[in-house]
This record gives sequence, C-alpha cells and structure tokens, in this order.
Amino acid sequence: MQKIINHAGEVVDEMIEGFVKAHPDLIAKTDNPRVLKYKAAPIANKVGIVTGGGSGHKPAFIGYIGKNMVDAVAAGEIFSSPPAQMFYDAFKAADAGKGVACLYGNYAGDNMNVKMAIDMAEDDDIEVKTVVANDDVPSASADQLDKRRGVAGEILMWKVGGAKAALGGSLDEVIAAAQKAIDNTRSMGIGLSPCTIPEVGHPNFKIEEGKMEVGIGHHGEPGLEVCDLETSAQVAKRMTDIILPDLPFAQGDDVVVLISGLGSTPLMELYILFNEVEKILADAGISVYLPYVGNYFTSLEMAGVTLTLMKLDDELKQYMDIECDCMGLTQFGRSG
Amino acid sequence: MSAVATEDGNRILFALIQTIQANKQYLSDIDGLIGDGDHGVNMNKGFTLCEKALKETPGDLSHGLKTLAQILITQIGGSMGPLYGMFFRGMAQASKDLETLGAAGFAKMLAAAKEKILTVSDAQQGDKTLLDALLPAEEAFRTALDAGESFTQCLTKMSEAAERGRDSTLDMIAKVGRSSRLGERSRGVLDAGATSCCLLLQAFAEALREKL
Repeated sequence: MQKIINHAGEVVDEMIEGFVKAHPDLIAKTDNPRVLKYKAAPIANKVGIVTGGGSGHKPAFIGYIGKNMVDAVAAGEIFSSPPAQMFYDAFKAADAGKGVACLYGNYAGDNMNVKMAIDMAEDDDIEVKTVVANDDVPSASADQLDKRRGVAGEILMWKVGGAKAALGGSLDEVIAAAQKAIDNTRSMGIGLSPCTIPEVGHPNFKIEEGKMEVGIGHHGEPGLEVCDLETSAQVAKRMTDIILPDLPFAQGDDVVVLISGLGSTPLMELYILFNEVEKILADAGISVYLPYVGNYFTSLEMAGVTLTLMKLDDELKQYMDIECDCMGLTQFGRSG
Repeated sequence: MSAVATEDGNRILFALIQTIQANKQYLSDIDGLIGDGDHGVNMNKGFTLCEKALKETPGDLSHGLKTLAQILITQIGGSMGPLYGMFFRGMAQASKDLETLGAAGFAKMLAAAKEKILTVSDAQQGDKTLLDALLPAEEAFRTALDAGESFTQCLTKMSEAAERGRDSTLDMIAKVGRSSRLGERSRGVLDAGATSCCLLLQAFAEALREKL
C-alpha cells in the first residue's frame, strides 16, 4: 500500500483536521468532530443544505461546503455511510428555522441512517426533507430508477439546491429544484485500476492491465462489463452511447458536462476525453452550456473517470449561473 | 442448569466482541469480493468501542447489549450500524429485568432482534443478507423449544441453522444493498452480513452453553 498516512484507522479524522486548518475562511467545526459546517451557517432565513456520505471521495463531500452550496456535512468512514447521529448533528448545524434539505446519494446505508436521523430531528421540530440522487445509469435499468446509485451528479444537485436556497426558496421549493436537477442528470463511470481502503490494506477488486471496467461504481462496485482498454474517442463514444439515450438528451439541448477523474487519472487525460465528448455532443446538436473538467468526485486512488450530463432549462441555467465558493467548486456569477 | 445468570453481561458481550475482532480481516475479505471490503473493519471498530465502554462501565446482559446497540447506531454508520444496532437493541429490550436467561427468554430475544431489524430493512429471506442467517436460526430455536428440547439443544439447533443459512447465501443473487447491482456476478460468494450474523449467534450460543 503506497500511501502517505499515519494511522490507517484515523485517516478520516486526520484529514478533517488538515482540511479545517487549510480552509479557515470557509469551514467551521461543530461539536461533532465528523460534522463540518460553512462558517456562516446557519444562515438566517435560508433553508439549510446538508449532505453526507462515506469518505474517500474528495472533494466530496466536505469540499462542497461553502457559499451558495452545502451548509453542513456528515463525514463517515471511508466508503461507509455516516451514522444517524452524524446526519442529525449536521441537520442541527445547518438549520436556521426554515428547514433542512438533505441532498444525498442512493445507498442502502445512507438511506437507513438519514431515515433514523430525520426521526431524531422531529423531536427537535427541525423539518427535514430529502432528495436522493440516482444519476448512475449503469447501476440499474431505466425501469428501476429508484435502485440507481448517486454519483458525481450529486454535485449538480447541491449546486442547484444551494442556489435555490440562497435565492430565498422555501424548503419545498429547494427540494423541487434539487429533484429537478437530479431528474435531468445522468452519469456513468469507467475504471482502469482499483483503490485501497487504508484499513483494509490491499485493493478489494482487480482490473487487469489493458482492461477497463465499464459502469464501475464510486466504491469499486463492479460494472456492466470488463473489456479491453480503448482510446479516449472510443471511451467517449461508449459513455455517451449509454448516457444520451437514457434521459434522453436530444438535438437542441443545452447541457452541463461534468468530467471527473476517479483519483489517479491525470487531468491531461480528462481534457482529452472532454475534447472527444464535446465533439460527439456537437455532432448530436447538443450544446455545452457549462463544462466542468477536474477531480470533482473521486474514489481514493482509483484510475478512471465519470461523465455526467445535466439537461438545462432556463430555471436550471439560472441556478447553475449563480456564483459559489467552496473548496471543490468556485465560480463567479455568470450572466448566462 | 436450564438458565444462565444475566448478572455478568460482560462475559457474554466479550465473547461476541472477540469473535468479531478475530474475524475482522476475514469479514472484510469476503465483503471485498462483492462489496466494498469494509465490513470487518467497521464491525471491529464498533465492537472494540463497546469493549472499552463495558470495561469502564460493566453491567448485566441487557446493559451490555444496549451499550453495543447504542454505539453501533450512533458511531458506526454504514448499513451494518443501523442493522446490527437494531438487532442488539431488540435483544437488550427483550432481556431487560431478566435475572436469569432460559430458553423461553432467549427465544424472545431472537424474535425481538428480528422484529427490530425489519423496522429498518425491507429485505426478504433469499435476498442475500444477514437475514438469511438470522431468520432460519430464530425459527430453528423456536421449533426446538416448542418440541420441548433443552436450552442446550435449542442453541445447537440454532447454531446449525445459522450455519446452513450462511452457506445458503453462497448460491444467491444479492437483491438489496451494494452488491445487488451485480446481479449474477454476486453468486458464488458468501454474504458478509450473513457470515457475521452466524459468527455472532454461534458465539452467543457458546457463551451461554458454557454455563448450562
């Protein structure tokens, strides 16, 4: 295991210590060491935005705490849902009396723990509503959308939900906007090499040299198939062939394109892939309204990539254009 | 003896804790084949925290089970935190105020564990989860009790049923949880949750039998 760490069992806590020190202008601690919040949160008259999940996905999840984005985050163990208590403490950290939108990904553990946390919050009269991201196309068929995992599309859900909350939306309006964002978002991943949970000490799956895993999950969940490694152009075609028909995306659409590395794939390769994806979209008459290329949602040191597309209308464009400031995604306001 | 004193809860709890600690790597390894490989690590973390808490504040069986449940629910997370948290919370509630634990009392504990888990899980028998070990084990114990068998015999029947249940997951396709996205590819591997459930029930049975 080639890792610069101290103690395998304490990587999450030590990472959080470093993160807080590195971003004093954005991040504040709470009474729960695994719950971080935006320095300004809770913000008066604003719906609180909360998310959470297993660690190992930097910048997700704590990297999206910030202005017009997420107010509080529950950070679980590597790849493991935070317990109910952490989600509950994050609700308390984000709530300004206008309710909390808990925007998270569709995993069995997160579903159970969020459900229990909402139950706990009811005793404090904190109103919590949820949107459960399910943008990962290969993780279940189109007639089983409720079984699909949430992956990098979660970032766009937070961006839209965070913007709607910043604009003064009610809890129901924030939930509706975040739901609309994820309903219009589709993703998929390709894996080239595995990752190692520090405390396990060895990779928990294999991808042979010269092969790639199509449809891999954010925790190394096996995908649709393993095939020979292809060129960037072929990978772009393979991914868009799966994603485009699923929504479907069509000629005349404006889209956000989000290409994220899974951890150890160089940015160079991400830009090569973006170039290919853009060509395919242009040929299909689909315009890239807003591109994001970088390491936005990773999986430890896995090599590979995720491609996420979100179809935009005027409302979603307005939310995507609003400025935001957080470690994972900072942008100036756009005039559209 | 047909019953076990519940006064020394730590003896039984430490038997459960030791079986998880001893199988940490094994549980993570089988989880890694179709899951994300952290089952042993997370279980070990929760049970080891419980060991520390019970050394500081020992108590009777119900206290020990309640302490374990509380730690799993508030500090462990994942799927197994809430599932085993509910499992042990049910057992703690059913054993509250018992001075001795006999076969009828243990049957109630198993039934309560099952009922509590089903409040957070929609899984059915055959979905390749810990229920595939727990449900037949609970049923085998109850059937043996109804047939008038001794506490020791009931525990043996339960342990054997848990083992058969665990082994039955080998040929199942996962229907819930992270491995359910694998379809056919989840076949041929034991379910990590059913494996840990079998280990825990067997350790519990062994700790009870020592005093019977």
